[in-house]
Amino acid sequence: MAYDKFNVLTSTAYPLPTENVDTDQIIPARFLKATERKDFDINFFRDWRFNQDGTPKPDFPLNKEIYAGSKILVGGRNFGSGSSREHAAWSVYDFGLRCVISSAFADIFKNNCLNIGVLPVQVSASFADKLFDAIFADPKTEIKVDLPNQTVTLLSTGESETFEINSYKKDNMLNGFDDIDYLKNIENEIAAFAETRPF
Amino acid sequence: MAKTLFDKVWDSHVVRSIEDGPDVFFIDRHFIHEVTSPVAFLGLESRGNSVVYPERTFATADHNTPTINQHLPVADPLSANQLNALERNAAKYGISHWGLGDKNNGIVHVVGPENGITLPGATIVCGDSHTSTHGAFGAIAFGIGTSEVEMVLSTQCIMQPKPKKMRINVNGKLGAGVTPKDVALYIIAQQTTSGATGYFVEYAGDVFEDMTMEGRMTVCNLSIEMGARGGMIAPDAKTFDYIKGRSQTPKGEDWNKAMKYWETLYTEEGAEFDAEFNYNASDIEPMITYGTNPGMGIGVTKSIPNAASVEGGVETYKKSLGYMSFNEGEAMIGKQIDFVFLGSCTNGRIEDFRAFCSIVEGRKKAEHVTAWLVPGSHKVVDQIKAEGLDKIIANAGFELREPGCSACLAMNDDKIPAGKLSVSTSNRNFEGRQGPGSRTLLASPLVAAASAVEGVVTDPRTLLQTA
Repeated sequence: MAYDKFNVLTSTAYPLPTENVDTDQIIPARFLKATERKDFDINFFRDWRFNQDGTPKPDFPLNKEIYAGSKILVGGRNFGSGSSREHAAWSVYDFGLRCVISSAFADIFKNNCLNIGVLPVQVSASFADKLFDAIFADPKTEIKVDLPNQTVTLLSTGESETFEINSYKKDNMLNGFDDIDYLKNIENEIAAFAETRPF
Repeated sequence: MAKTLFDKVWDSHVVRSIEDGPDVFFIDRHFIHEVTSPVAFLGLESRGNSVVYPERTFATADHNTPTINQHLPVADPLSANQLNALERNAAKYGISHWGLGDKNNGIVHVVGPENGITLPGATIVCGDSHTSTHGAFGAIAFGIGTSEVEMVLSTQCIMQPKPKKMRINVNGKLGAGVTPKDVALYIIAQQTTSGATGYFVEYAGDVFEDMTMEGRMTVCNLSIEMGARGGMIAPDAKTFDYIKGRSQTPKGEDWNKAMKYWETLYTEEGAEFDAEFNYNASDIEPMITYGTNPGMGIGVTKSIPNAASVEGGVETYKKSLGYMSFNEGEAMIGKQIDFVFLGSCTNGRIEDFRAFCSIVEGRKKAEHVTAWLVPGSHKVVDQIKAEGLDKIIANAGFELREPGCSACLAMNDDKIPAGKLSVSTSNRNFEGRQGPGSRTLLASPLVAAASAVEGVVTDPRTLLQTA
């Protein structure tokens, strides 16, 4: 599915320092019954954002007006562990976020994000702590994520760190391409390979 | 250079490598189910693509199916819609489909091996993180997202950077009452829930060599719970005996040819791993989790650790114990439980039901405990009946339900109510995993059985000794 190109993003950020946030929290299984991809923002962090009667939990960062409209989420270590449900990445995107920053990501969640146009930015634990401290000190703190230069910068202090992304995925994100575009272009090569498989 | 088992299988499936990018990785077998496939088919159609190798994809309904009255129409319209979409898409593209009620239906990671679809040396993916189960046969198997499901349907490939390699050796002999589930929970507790992120694991050593295929599946299944992409075990005589003669395994000359290849699937002497760990079987006792990720596990006789003694942040740890309503230093033994869940792709196979029955035979379920016993497939149900386990189960006051994922992820009606405590043989104890507000203790079928009859968390060894 096509997504908007990603180049340089400057935004405030939601802080969620809890570690090991699993995809069952990002979107609980009972909200995976759709057969189309739409409106996954509604149940994004459902049980952390809302009480069982549907009223919002005012203390949860994603509900705080002060952060509203942020396009970045700064998450705790091992963000996105657990289930392979791409719905978790969809709900991040549908909520209006284009970038998740953490000191560590679970593999499948990270892959899913890259495939749908959400940029996972892995930073050092100390830089993640700096981001949290800055956001908690001033919720209007802006973070600049520069994909062409592979840097993430805390604008208030100018502190910056580079992040890793392979050049293939980087090119995809910059241009809004996905893997199927690539794979369909080499389908003859794949067909020849398939002939060689014993089973 | 000496190659690992993982290298051999991975490298033989690389169509091409992209410089500073992923490998184009060929997929031999693709499983789909009703929850993570509908959007992939929509994507495929919106691009005007088709399914290139329908014979390499296999559909089964499992995640969102009822476990009672499967002969009746599915009551929840959203669930029924997903099941219909799977059936429709399978029919449209000529994909084999084992829908609700089909004699081959069951949990995808149970029916794949049962029907001989899972083979050594194969690459296997599914839009489900527990696809790692199939690594028990020496396959490379892992979970993928829906975008990748679409890739496999429309090209039979995905794009993956080759993971790093880890070997975990467990040597020695397991004590009485210590099962493959305990071995896995022990390893995950050592590694933590993220310790193997970025790695593909090979399990080696006496303990895995001695293990049955069902046990190996339980271990490989849980690889994802320490962050690993997957886990695998070199195929041996047990593997070949298990798969021989199953409906979809190669036959005759094809079998002989395949065997020649399969016998080459082992890690060569001197092959290098990026990380290696050694554990002793004698250090492992029946395990139980006390927190909200599978890495938070301890021996059942132990007490809940203090925040200061565990890895990771204190606040996250306290949040987790707060959710469970547990305190640091408390014993797990003796905690009153409300529910027991036996089933899932982790522990829903015949051996798990045999283990459960070995404890409950001649005993009675505690009155206040609600127990859901959910076989992994119809074939498991048939075997339960053939072995007379159904009678033991009934005499002890339990009931069998119909196959499916059930309360493991509680997408259907099998939800543990808020605040209730369940001993579950499934794979995740995340907040609300088994229903909003539910509290899960992961354990083996033996611990589940012992706790079901005593009504409190119980060390199964105390019941084995008096049996």
